[in-house]
Amino acid sequence: MSNTHADTVLYVRDTMLEQQAPPSSTVGPVGWAKDNLFSGWLNTALTVLSSLFIAYLLYRLIPWFVSPTWDGSSLSNCREILDGHEGACWGVIRDRWQQLLFGFYPPELYWRPILTLVLLLVALAPVLYTDYVTPKLLYFSAAFPFLMPWLLWGGTVWMPLMAAAGFAIGFAVFTLVSRLLNAGISISVAAAVAVLWWVLLAAPVANGIASVLPLALEPVASRDFGGFMLSITIGVTAIGCSLPIGIVLALGRRSDLPLVKILCVGFIEFIRGVPLITLLFVASVLLNIFLPPGTNFDIILRVMIMVTLFASAYMAEVIRGGLAALPKGQYEAADALGLDYWKAQRLIIMPQALKISIPGIVSTFIGVFKDTTLVSIIGLIDPLGLANGIRADTAWNGIYWELFIFIGAVFFIFCFSMSRYSMYLERKLQTGHR
Amino acid sequence: MTNTAVETPTPAAMKVSDEVAIQISQMNKWYGQFHVLRDINLTVNRGERIVIAGPSGSGKSTMIRCINRLEEHQAGKIVVDGTELTSDLKNIDKVRSEVGMCFQHFNLFPHLTILENCTLAPIWVRKTPKKEAVETAMHFLEKVKIPEQANKYPGQLSGGQQQRVAIARSLCMKPRIMLFDEPTSALDPEMIKEVLDTMIELAEEGMTMLCVTHEMGFARQVANRVIFMDQGQIVEQNEPEEFFNNPRSERTKLFLSQILGH
Repeated sequence: MSNTHADTVLYVRDTMLEQQAPPSSTVGPVGWAKDNLFSGWLNTALTVLSSLFIAYLLYRLIPWFVSPTWDGSSLSNCREILDGHEGACWGVIRDRWQQLLFGFYPPELYWRPILTLVLLLVALAPVLYTDYVTPKLLYFSAAFPFLMPWLLWGGTVWMPLMAAAGFAIGFAVFTLVSRLLNAGISISVAAAVAVLWWVLLAAPVANGIASVLPLALEPVASRDFGGFMLSITIGVTAIGCSLPIGIVLALGRRSDLPLVKILCVGFIEFIRGVPLITLLFVASVLLNIFLPPGTNFDIILRVMIMVTLFASAYMAEVIRGGLAALPKGQYEAADALGLDYWKAQRLIIMPQALKISIPGIVSTFIGVFKDTTLVSIIGLIDPLGLANGIRADTAWNGIYWELFIFIGAVFFIFCFSMSRYSMYLERKLQTGHR
Repeated sequence: MTNTAVETPTPAAMKVSDEVAIQISQMNKWYGQFHVLRDINLTVNRGERIVIAGPSGSGKSTMIRCINRLEEHQAGKIVVDGTELTSDLKNIDKVRSEVGMCFQHFNLFPHLTILENCTLAPIWVRKTPKKEAVETAMHFLEKVKIPEQANKYPGQLSGGQQQRVAIARSLCMKPRIMLFDEPTSALDPEMIKEVLDTMIELAEEGMTMLCVTHEMGFARQVANRVIFMDQGQIVEQNEPEEFFNNPRSERTKLFLSQILGH
């Protein structure tokens, strides 16, 4: 009997109340619909109107999509099949899907890009799903960047191995030199030795070993690359390289050393100030003028480098945003515990800054992947370039929607997976409320 | 203005040795044109427990942050445990690994569990084997009475628990000196006591402590010296009893009347 009496101030509760379930009309699907769809006359009206609109759209679109033209051999053949009805002409996808996926890659070698894609997924697994995949697979992930070009371009196996050896040599030099000198100098020396190796020795050594022990795949020229294979190759390389380069640039931009800071700010602002297409033209035309005559620098490699640099500049700013969002106390706590700069960055700052930046990072990834379609401007045949080529064929002249819907759908699958993955990762890294 | 070190008689339970732990002489610091710390002279012996009080903006936090060089001083000399703080990174790292610090806002690492927060520095700075680091961490978490939270994340703990974890995290480095920068200022009244109890226990074990705080009860109970700062200077220092009952300077009297007046 815990009633407050208006005439007394004293009030003592003698029984505590038990928890009770919320009213049934506010929970479950009914509660959700009531809250979100029919919460007032205006919302109810909007719900009904938009349902009608969606229904009308589907009524018009579905018959177009579900059209019996899979076997159509040309646009006019499709029209015969449709016999005056409206409908898509899917025959073009059946006829040309291999080209859209692989470009002019030799059909008998299709297994190589397919194997590369499968291995790519295997290599990504331990990076993306650390909870479910054994970390031992990371060794394979480390080897994949050298395996990928060999499988795609073919040629001798020794070239990618010698490229990998450059990293091993650089690391060995670093461990040796760092015993005598400080970290900054050791890194510079190691990088210089590695670059010398790649430029001067790697090719002759690779050719030398190859003449003794020829282990080679049939080479495929860069001009035969095309379609989604080309987009994915450029996209994956740019995505994979831009994150580490972006981290370094972001740290450099916040560095106390004026020279490092100026270099990083200059690079970032220059790259962000220039359209990607300009950079691609530089890659395709101008770079040859500056390079020594006779050097044959693969066009796809050049484009990859440009797209990577472009993505890195954006990535650096995204990561700098994450760094700026970290409370100063985190740096101070790391300092106070005696962690040096690199350890503090690696263990405390970066894990948190990257987590904050996940949405921005993934947006940049998605942007870069879609920007790979710009390479059609400099004559590489990406899916959009191929679509134009296919329409130039008299059989398919006049086809637009079907090709672009197919290309859009494939891009959507990749981009949407990246987006979903980023949401999964954000949930996984959520550690309590702050 | 006298700010030479006063040798104080020791309370029986907590012994102060003659060994000097921290020596600050003629230390000055500026933020741009602003003279934050002016001619600070302070000697702290091993085992001393010093409470630093003063109005906000008086330079208390800045002074103790200079001791592990979270702030850089521009003139004068700071020697911690025989190592002088200069721009030499080796010396700074050495001092930082010997001096523990607790902050007003705890500054736990939110992406690591409580246990990982405690083992991180021993493993990466001291190169302690992981198993041993975990044992040490559990020992200190038991000491601050939250071993059962070891696998939670900081965000799941109350403020008082977080601050106790922060103390345990510092202790895992086996520091010879502990700095506390307003450790209870961000806490609800109910949680202040649990943190102060931990600090008292630490003091009773003979840890050298410098503590910026407004908890005057703690100062009376634990400190063997109270330092009052104003406008970047040490205005008065004395034993707690004398400091509270018989303050000498007008500034101190005003300050004490304001914080003890209600």
